[in-house]
Amino acid sequence: MEAGIVSYGVYVPRYRITPAEIGQVWGVDGVAMGQGLNIERKSVPAPDEDTITISTEALRVALLRGKIDPQEIGALYVGSESHPYAVKPTATIVAHAVGATPNLTAADFEFACKAGTAAIQTCLGLVRSGMVKYGVAIGTDTSQGAPGDALEYSASAGGAALVIGRDKVIATINQTVSYTTDTPDFWRREGQRYPSHGGRFTGEPAYFRHVGECAKQMFKTAGTTTKDYQHVVFHQPNGKFPRRIGTQLGFSDEQMKYGMVTPRIGNTYSAAALIGLANVLDHGEAGERILVVGYGSGAGSDAFDLTVTEELGTYDRSSGLPVQYFLDSGVELSYSVYAKFRGKIHMGEA
Amino acid sequence: MAIARFWRETPRRYNLGGSRCTVCTTVYFPPRSVCPTCTTHRQSLGKMEPFQLSGDGEVVTFTVVHEAANGFEMLVPYALAIVQTVEGPLLTGQVVNLRPEDLQIGLKVRATFRKLREEGPAGVIHYGYKFAPKEEAAMAPRPGRGSEQAPAASHAPEPSRARA
Repeated sequence: MEAGIVSYGVYVPRYRITPAEIGQVWGVDGVAMGQGLNIERKSVPAPDEDTITISTEALRVALLRGKIDPQEIGALYVGSESHPYAVKPTATIVAHAVGATPNLTAADFEFACKAGTAAIQTCLGLVRSGMVKYGVAIGTDTSQGAPGDALEYSASAGGAALVIGRDKVIATINQTVSYTTDTPDFWRREGQRYPSHGGRFTGEPAYFRHVGECAKQMFKTAGTTTKDYQHVVFHQPNGKFPRRIGTQLGFSDEQMKYGMVTPRIGNTYSAAALIGLANVLDHGEAGERILVVGYGSGAGSDAFDLTVTEELGTYDRSSGLPVQYFLDSGVELSYSVYAKFRGKIHMGEA
Repeated sequence: MAIARFWRETPRRYNLGGSRCTVCTTVYFPPRSVCPTCTTHRQSLGKMEPFQLSGDGEVVTFTVVHEAANGFEMLVPYALAIVQTVEGPLLTGQVVNLRPEDLQIGLKVRATFRKLREEGPAGVIHYGYKFAPKEEAAMAPRPGRGSEQAPAASHAPEPSRARA
């Protein structure tokens, strides 16, 4: 049974900080750091924003665009590594806030940066089997790097919500495959405030191996080559890795153009590949084929082969804000205000 | 605030759930079980229905808070406005996503979902509506090929630093 994306929505907080501003605090050449990572700025959530508020804003846009009755949502999954509660689901609050409760199943997913793509696969299974009419997959994060760590230059905030269904599909999901191994490239232990990572180990044996192998597996399964896709979207922990793997696989800059959003908003973790996909759909046209390869540390990749349908022509893309708005807009913060917003300043006992 | 007390209010705080009198069509927020304008004739008894406000409205008046209420210290200075909703009820709420000095009477706003407060680092987090300028959406360029080349000046990045 054919199924795919019925609607989508994106939300990125309005504040931004540049690598230069971060670097001057830590005695590092932030401009060079930004150029090395291919990140011009990253998004920062306001003190009253978290993965729950970001997910809700993104999903409300998706429901508005697709004219979807929230009571018809049968499953809602939120993928994130920055759920506000350690115990108490993000998904229940989001479901309530969009009016989808109580007759649905909901859960939080966690798999570093690929929890959102894992949620898509789960929704696809439920929709294809006829168990639910609509499944909602959300990828959201408000991730943090330790002060002064390389991650601090990229870890940002944002969210994307995809509604998966069978009717009025704007992008059919033709295939999905995954590539999963035990690779300790990035982790955060229980109770630890900031994540740890293996430095250069996050590259070759982790990101590049998984994304590369997963993409090749998709070529084999779908019987495709790079030339069959008009657009490709990779998980993008920075602006450097996706471009390198894209070039290694044989994709052109033109194919990667719309899928690359991290240089302008930073690494939104679980949302990164989904916001890239949303930007492709913002610009997409019927008949175009899209390859999406997500990546989550720990480690695994999920790949999707999609085809844009004629439905996109009548789909209401003008409601809500397009991804380009978030790439262009924003209010820059000083490091001190950023530190306050992100809770990096010790306030003493209340 | 007690967990149960806030929990009972979530339909209002999350989704602006009000009520409407089916006799005279007046909308109420928070919801009422009897319509005050129809009460003398008891016409509205049993004829009130749940009604969800759209969240769209206009700033009627506002103030800028510099001495924060408990839990809002991180947000000062912040704007608090009375908003005339398109359905009728007047709502009080914080206006986010703009500098307080840029807020004006008559500004079109929409409801947005934000964290209201948390009961300490181990307590429950409360969520609900705040308001944000509506023109963000109106300014959005229609997506399409090439639209990324020349963003309209109206939604160009704001150069100044936030003072929040």
